[in-house]
Amino acid sequence: MIATSLTLPAARRWNGGRGFARGARRLVRTHAVRLAALYFIVFAVSVLGVLLFVYWMSADFVERQTAATLDAEITGLAEQYALRGLSGLIQIVNARSAGDRGDGMLYLITSPDGKPLAGNIAGWPAGAKTHAGSVSFTVEVPVKGSMATHPAQGMLFVIPQNYRLLVGRDISDAATFRNRIKMTLVWSGLVALGVGLIGGSVMSRNMLRRVEQVNRTAERVMTGNLSDRVPVNSTSDEFDQLAANLNGMLDQIERLMTGMREVTDNVAHDLKTPLARLRARLELTLLAPADADAQTEAIRAAIDEADRLLATFNALLSIAEAEAGATRNRAEPLDLGELAHAAAELYEPLAEAEGVVLRVDGAPGVMVRGDRHILSQAIANLLDNALKYGVGERPGEIALTVAERDGRAALEVSDRGPGIPEADREAVFDRFVRLEPSRSTPGNGLGLSLVRAAARLHEGTVTLNDNAPGLAVRLEFPALAA
Amino acid sequence: MKLLVIEDDRETAAYLIKGLSESGYTVDHSAEGRNGLYLATGGDYDAIVLDRMLPGMDGLALLGALRAAGIRTPALILSALGSVDDRVKGLRAGGDDYLVKPFAFSELLARLEALLRRGATTPATTRLRVADLELDLLTRSVRRGTKTIELLPREFQLLECLMRHAGHVVTRTMLLENVWDYHFDPQTNVIDVHVSRLRQKIDRNFAPPLLHTVRGAGYCLRPPELIGDGA
Repeated sequence: MIATSLTLPAARRWNGGRGFARGARRLVRTHAVRLAALYFIVFAVSVLGVLLFVYWMSADFVERQTAATLDAEITGLAEQYALRGLSGLIQIVNARSAGDRGDGMLYLITSPDGKPLAGNIAGWPAGAKTHAGSVSFTVEVPVKGSMATHPAQGMLFVIPQNYRLLVGRDISDAATFRNRIKMTLVWSGLVALGVGLIGGSVMSRNMLRRVEQVNRTAERVMTGNLSDRVPVNSTSDEFDQLAANLNGMLDQIERLMTGMREVTDNVAHDLKTPLARLRARLELTLLAPADADAQTEAIRAAIDEADRLLATFNALLSIAEAEAGATRNRAEPLDLGELAHAAAELYEPLAEAEGVVLRVDGAPGVMVRGDRHILSQAIANLLDNALKYGVGERPGEIALTVAERDGRAALEVSDRGPGIPEADREAVFDRFVRLEPSRSTPGNGLGLSLVRAAARLHEGTVTLNDNAPGLAVRLEFPALAA
Repeated sequence: MKLLVIEDDRETAAYLIKGLSESGYTVDHSAEGRNGLYLATGGDYDAIVLDRMLPGMDGLALLGALRAAGIRTPALILSALGSVDDRVKGLRAGGDDYLVKPFAFSELLARLEALLRRGATTPATTRLRVADLELDLLTRSVRRGTKTIELLPREFQLLECLMRHAGHVVTRTMLLENVWDYHFDPQTNVIDVHVSRLRQKIDRNFAPPLLHTVRGAGYCLRPPELIGDGA
C-alpha cells in the first residue's frame, strides 16, 4: 500500500509537500489502488498459506522418517533381547555401535548404577530423564576434528534389574533440512510478495493512467476543445474499446455542434434576406400612394414571399427532425419500390410537362426499415432536383431505379443534365448551398440536405456520381430480408 | 355556425376572431384552458379551434376531458409543434384536424369548412354530383352530362376529394394529405400539374368550367350558379 502510494505521478511533485500528501490521499481513494491493495492482500494470504502447508508437510515427513527408523531399531533389539537376554543385547549394541555407519543411530546400555556397558555414547546424556519413554537429548559428536553438540531424539527402556537401554537418533540432519526448507520458503515468499506488490502497483498505475487520460480528455472537451480525443493504445482491450466508444460519441457531438453552428449561421443569413425583402415591399406599398389594385397586388406578392419563407422553415424543420432521429420510433418495414413508384407518380405529370421521360425501374420486394414520410420526402426531393437541374438541351430522361445487392437496398435517381463538378459534390449537401447555374431557379438549397439527413437516419449513405453525362444520386440502406 | 376559439395569444386570437367573423361565423373566445373546457362543455358549438399550449390546462388534456365527457364537437388543433409525432399525438387525443402555426388563414378556413361538413355528409353516399359532373364511387366511373370520362386512379381520387368539398376551397396541402398521404410540401407545386391535367379531362370539352383556381389558397370545384360566392 505504502509503496503504491509513493508511486505518485511525477507531475504532482511540484506541488510541494502538501500537494504531495493530498495527491497520496487522492491516490489511495482511487478505485484502482483500492482494488490493487485488495488483490495484494488476497495474494499475500494465499501465498503464506501455501508456504505454511509446504513447510508443515515436509517437517512432518522428516519426523515420521526418524520415528520409523527408531521403531525398526527397537523392534530388532527387542527380538535379540528376547532371544539371548542382556548379554546378547550388549553384544548386538556393541556390534551396531562399532564404526560410523553414517545413519546417526545412537545406542547406550547402562548398569543399574549408571555405568555405561555398551553403546556409542560416552556417558548418560545431560538432561535426559531416567524413566522409560521418549526422550530428547543432545550428544557430543566429533565433526572434522572438533566436538559439536547435536540434538537427538530417542526412546529409553528400563530392562529388568534396572538396566537401561537408550536408542536414539542424531536429528541434526533433519533439523538442518527443516531449517533449509524454512529459509527457502521464507525467501520465496518474500520474493512472491515483492513481485506481487510491484506488479500490482504497476498495474494499478497503468490503469490509473488510462483512466486519467479519459478524464483529462473529458475535461478538455468540457472546456470547449471539442476536437480533442482520448488516445487509443492499439491493444484493443477494454480501455481501448472505451476510448473508441468515447471518441465515437465525441465525433457525433462535434458533428452535431458544428451542424448546429452552421445551421444557425445559414438560417440567419438565408432567412434574413427574404425577410428584409418582405419588409421593404410592405414599406414601399405603405409609402407610395397607389390605387387599391396595386396595393392588393403588393400584398399578394408579400404573401407569396411569406409562403416561401414558411416553406423554407418547414424544410429546415423536416431536416432537423430527420437529423435528431426523433422519428425512429415510427420506423416500419417499407417497400422501397412502392415508395419510388408513388413519388414518381406524383412527379410524372410535371416531367411530361417539361418534356422529360421519367422511367421507373423498381424491383419488387426491396424492403427497408424506415420512416415512410421522411423517405418519401427524400425521394420526392431527388425527383424535384432532377427535374429542376437535370434537364439539359437534349430531350431529358430521368431514371429512378430500385435494386437490392449484397444486403443493401439501393435507390438511384439519374438524369442527363449538366451534372455536378466533382469538387462541388460534397458541398451541395450543406444547407442553403446552391451552385452558380441554379441560383436563378426557385428553390431553397435544402433538398439534398434532407436527403442526406434521411440517409443517415436510416443508417444509409448517399453518393453523387457521374452519369456521363448527367448526375446519378444513389441512396443505399441496409436491406430488410423480404 | 358557432365556433369556439381557445387561444391564449392575444394577437392570434384577435386575428382569428376577426377573420372567422368576417367569414360568417359566430365566434366565442377563451384565452385559458379551464374556462375553454367549461365553455366547450356548456355551449352548443359546431366546431372548436384549439391551441395546444394553453395556460391553466394543456390543449390535449382539454380535448381528452371533452371527449371523455362524450362531447364530439369537431376540433381543429392549432400548434407550433409540427412534427409528424406531434400531429399523431394531437389526433389521437381527439383532434379532428391539425394545423401547424404559422398557417395561412385560407388554409384554416378551408379545413374548418371540411370539418363542419364532415358531420353533415351521409357516409352511405356512393355517388357524388356537382352540376352535370357525376362520380360513382362503386363503379369508379365519372361522367359529365352523357359523356363518360376516363380517369387514372390518382385523378379519380383527386376529383373525389374535390367533389366531397364541392363549393369550398381545398388547399394544396389538403390534397397532398388526402390524396397522396404526403405530409410535407414538395419544393415544386406538383399538385398544380395534376389539377390542370384533371381540368383538361373534366372541363376542356365542356361548359361551363367547374374546377377553379383560388389564388393564394387552392382549388374549388363548384357549380356555375355559385360563382362569386365562397372564397
